[in-house]
Amino acid sequence: MEDIGNLMQGFAVALSWKNLLFMLVGILLGVLIGVLPGLGGANGVAILLPLTFTMPPTSAIIMLSCIYWGALFGGAITSILFNIPGEPWSVATTFDGYPMAQQGRAGEAMTAAFTSSFVGAFVAVLVITFLAPLVARFALKFGPPEYFSVQFLTFCSFIGMSREPPAKTIAAMMLGFALAAVGLDTVTGQLRMTFGHTELLQGFDFLIAVIGLFGLGEILLTMEEGLAFKGTKGKIDAKIVWETWKKLPRYWATSLRSCLIGCWMGITPGGATPASFMSYGMARRMSKQKDTFGKGNIEGVVAPETAAHAAGTSALLPMLTLGIPGSPTAAVLLGGLLIWGLQPGPLLFVEKKEFVWGLIASMYLGNIAGLIIVLTTVPWWAAILRIPFSIIAPVIVVICAVGAYTVHNNMFDVYMMVVFGIAGYFFKKLRYPLAPLVLALVLGDMAETSFRQSMLLSGGSVAIFWSNGLVGTIMTLAVVLLLWPLVSLVIDAMKRRGGGGGPGTAPSTA
Amino acid sequence: MAPETHDGAAEGGTETRWVELVVALLICAGGVLVMFDSARVGATWGSDGPQAGYFPMLTGTCLLAAGVWIAVATLYRWRKLAGVTFVTGEQMKPVMAMLLPTIAYIVAIRFIGIYLASAIFIGAFMVWKGRYRMPATLSVSLGVPAAMFLLFEIWFLVPLPKGPLERMLGY
Repeated sequence: MEDIGNLMQGFAVALSWKNLLFMLVGILLGVLIGVLPGLGGANGVAILLPLTFTMPPTSAIIMLSCIYWGALFGGAITSILFNIPGEPWSVATTFDGYPMAQQGRAGEAMTAAFTSSFVGAFVAVLVITFLAPLVARFALKFGPPEYFSVQFLTFCSFIGMSREPPAKTIAAMMLGFALAAVGLDTVTGQLRMTFGHTELLQGFDFLIAVIGLFGLGEILLTMEEGLAFKGTKGKIDAKIVWETWKKLPRYWATSLRSCLIGCWMGITPGGATPASFMSYGMARRMSKQKDTFGKGNIEGVVAPETAAHAAGTSALLPMLTLGIPGSPTAAVLLGGLLIWGLQPGPLLFVEKKEFVWGLIASMYLGNIAGLIIVLTTVPWWAAILRIPFSIIAPVIVVICAVGAYTVHNNMFDVYMMVVFGIAGYFFKKLRYPLAPLVLALVLGDMAETSFRQSMLLSGGSVAIFWSNGLVGTIMTLAVVLLLWPLVSLVIDAMKRRGGGGGPGTAPSTA
Repeated sequence: MAPETHDGAAEGGTETRWVELVVALLICAGGVLVMFDSARVGATWGSDGPQAGYFPMLTGTCLLAAGVWIAVATLYRWRKLAGVTFVTGEQMKPVMAMLLPTIAYIVAIRFIGIYLASAIFIGAFMVWKGRYRMPATLSVSLGVPAAMFLLFEIWFLVPLPKGPLERMLGY
């Protein structure tokens, strides 16, 4: 199997001292980012991306993806100890993690969380190792209509599967597209929506939007609740770890199910956050002790963490093979690839084997290293959060400002970051989902290019999107997902009417 | 994750339904703006394919449609939403206490450079909100920009905006 050979070569690349160092730095930074509110996975990677411009792309992406793993691990620490999710995907972990901590079982909760994360990520990396080359080869059959259909599917699945009202998801997404279109149109050379402002020539960089929306916006939102990190003590030692590890295999079914949910949600872009909620919900529904969920059932920690990590990791599969990021952080990583001149897709696997397999190898190593590091450094992270907010908040703002500036060495970007921050505050409060906005901002130009090329091929007819089996299937699936909210409304209405019944009928059970 | 409160105007806050409506109308305005500019650039089939405004016109139309939908939905539930607070006066204070100094900080960067501005920004927060004494305040508010300087100017060789102070020191 030539792929195993490639993987071995990848390990050789990843195991150089330099790359191992970057891995370590990446994981530590990542956990720090995951632990601090206001610096999220997507945000943190976005801020550190410009710093990697001087590094060779392989080392850079190894470090950035390790930051990503670190953030995935780190979000659980604050969720369990402080009931503050460090990341959106750690929210579900607070449901049972914090009660466990309150009962004095913080160490157990954290061990369970980290181990589950590791398992989820590991399974996902295995999936990537074996599926990625297959998908990449498959992707060679893709022409512009096929690419557009996959991108369209991505957007429709967001609209269909989103927990927020579809109109708001559509609005957020369209806003992202509109922002992506601002600036110079590369095909016709015309300026779009700049309204005479030369600063807008380059358009809006997704990094600025991410830092503003997810970073500054999050801080403003946190300020509302007044800031007091009242945390429970986080003690973790080898004995607790061992005891918990002995308990965990009991939950193998939950773990497996969560891995599947996570991989699915990562590959068909949904992301780690929906994966964690879905997995928690399913675990509770299928458990025989439903009532203990929310009160400190360890399964309530295992399920979301496994799924979130599996999703976060497998989100890299479509990113590498098709150029479709499965999560906002993968979107930022994709942006990074493009900046380094690496075109994701089948050619990446052929022309830049060392890069791809080095990255995949580092995923294995990064997760193992991450687990070890995070188990041993928990007390430090807990201590950091005791630093009062009056110090942390301005420091985070400074970091965001620096991050925004270093993208294009441009103060205008920093101003825009503030605007995005205010917008992010309002959007989050009004339940406008931010992930579609970022996704549209990153993919907007690509989607538009595929659309235009398809239109050129077909001479303006939309029928090209149903011209062959592959593209037709994807488009149909996309339309189904798009209309799903309507469909489920109709189903609910029919169920209610059916349950009303006549006299003497038994009440319907949900 | 601020919970929605139904205490309404009695607490001196802003009602959610108004904010929803305004944001929805802003979205509509955005959609119109995009459509307007797309029409200017040309949104139909040109001599050699779709014009530059083709795709954005679709985007703008959807944006407008979504905005209208949200606005209408908000108006439809107008009475039900009465009394749901978006943000109370009490909650607004700390948010403004963060936002306004941030804006001042960003504006200041242009004039006095990022290092000095950061030092003042952090220091001000520590003194006013954290009530720290001078030694602690100075060590952090000077320490962070110093670390930044070492990290960016010297190690990564990434220049950050500088002001008159740095110019005097020869950078």
